[in-house]
Amino acid sequence: MNLPVHTEGLTKRYGGLTAVRDLDLTVRAGEVYGFLGPNGAGKTTTLRMLLGLVRPTSGTVRLLGRAPGAGRLTGVGALIEGPAFYPYLSGRDNLRVLARYAGVGADRVSLVLDLVDLTERAGDRYAGYSLGMKQRLGVASALLKDPRLLILDEPTNGLDPAGMADMRTLIRRLGAGGCTVLVSSHLLGEVEQVCDRVGVISRGRLIAEGSVADLRGATGLRVLADPLDVAAARAGALVGEERVRVVDGGLDLSIEPERAAWLNAELVDAGVAVRELRPRERDLEQVFFDLIEKGTADVA
Amino acid sequence: MSRSFRAETVKLVRRPAFWLLLAITLVLSLIFTYVFPYASIAGGTTGPNADRTLPMLLPDRLVGNSLGGLPVFLGSIVLILGVLTVGGEYGWGTWKTVLSQGPSRLEVYAGKLLTLAAAALVVVLSVFAVGAVSSALIAVAESQPVHWPSAGDLLTGIGAGWLMATMWAMLGAVLAVALRAVALPVGLGLVWMLAVQNLLAAIAAPLLAWVAQLQKGLPGPNAASLAAALGAPGDTPGVAATVGGGQAALVVAGYLIAFAAVGGLLLQRRDIG
Repeated sequence: MNLPVHTEGLTKRYGGLTAVRDLDLTVRAGEVYGFLGPNGAGKTTTLRMLLGLVRPTSGTVRLLGRAPGAGRLTGVGALIEGPAFYPYLSGRDNLRVLARYAGVGADRVSLVLDLVDLTERAGDRYAGYSLGMKQRLGVASALLKDPRLLILDEPTNGLDPAGMADMRTLIRRLGAGGCTVLVSSHLLGEVEQVCDRVGVISRGRLIAEGSVADLRGATGLRVLADPLDVAAARAGALVGEERVRVVDGGLDLSIEPERAAWLNAELVDAGVAVRELRPRERDLEQVFFDLIEKGTADVA
Repeated sequence: MSRSFRAETVKLVRRPAFWLLLAITLVLSLIFTYVFPYASIAGGTTGPNADRTLPMLLPDRLVGNSLGGLPVFLGSIVLILGVLTVGGEYGWGTWKTVLSQGPSRLEVYAGKLLTLAAAALVVVLSVFAVGAVSSALIAVAESQPVHWPSAGDLLTGIGAGWLMATMWAMLGAVLAVALRAVALPVGLGLVWMLAVQNLLAAIAAPLLAWVAQLQKGLPGPNAASLAAALGAPGDTPGVAATVGGGQAALVVAGYLIAFAAVGGLLLQRRDIG
């Protein structure tokens, strides 16, 4: 099976600096894959290597099953490190020029302008565009080839909240339509909302990969109840004392959230007044920082 | 490659800087080749180029007069065009945008070079056209017979002019790729063409035999020799018959190919930032 993105041992060194180190990245067909990492982690360098803009020091890249060479980017659309266009041309003419390079018909230009909601201003010179409009034009250029694989580097940069929501909707829609999307971001919320799977990169190394739920790790239940000591004793007797912790005036239980109704009934039977009972998840931001910290420590 | 050529042509034709450079080329050519010398002749004044006589401005001297500016001044403008065409992609960061659409680096680069070659032809033809109109008007105004160069001479002149202009455009292109910018390549290119070449010819070559020999292999003196061989006035700055016309044409063609090849090699090997 031809994987949309497959790298093995991908490494890029600039003198003494290793920007990307032994990166094995796999993006499966039809998924929206989030490439997450702080600024300077190596996300853009990796994406540039995927597209052939930067030559790897070592390792291999295959896109849609194809190795580097002529026709490698057939079926691949990309927006890398912000939009860049010819300032003296209109948005539409910029896309027309790119359509010639891509070998696609001019009818695609109007279609993608509609997709990013830029038709009304398509005749204006690019130099006069706002940052958000430039970003949308960048996404439009990435869609020109009706790609099977779309690579987007920080696509919501410069967009206002409404534009960011539109972009997420567009990415989800493309993913639902069978397009494989690789989207890089340093925004956790963005990745969480659109991605099926996430890879976290830090200092050029992939330090974690999985679904957002996987990355969050173990979940549990949070219980606010009176009296707390009775609730703690009863919960300990039910699930084991090692799984019960008293934190901030409540109980953190390391058990499956699906057991909430059973636990509630047991506590009530024991004369405990349960004020709040909800699933407890690790804050994704904390997960992210924990991973980055761990990755940094591993590298060091 | 044809799709890259078409895309590059659209970009160049729609770019205001191209038309501005073409207009400057034609105005300079018109003023320094015809207007000032004719005004001098008509007014009986003396000064640089005062030895230009009326017959030197008539249509039968069209080829030489049209080529006179290309070794230095008009060549500098074409060099700027070469830098802008290639270096603009670095300045605007558009290499990644273009290459992400799928064409190879060499395909895009070849499209640019072909477009530059076509633009150089447009520049040369325009200079010839302006020269033809100007010389014809002078002939009519001075009641002189209008004798045009033969078709063969015209074609040879246009070909030589295209060769020189394209070589300078390629120099601009290779500087842009080497320095991955616009401003620095333009600056360095102009310093070379307007200062270093003249200093070598006027100061170093008369003093040092090896510099005089070296001159015979440099692009500027060979372009100057080619222009001189085809009748460019000897008093035009930068025009001097250092070598024969045939050798000059070969050397200029060699530089054209070398500049294009080195630029392509650098572009192919380096990362796109």
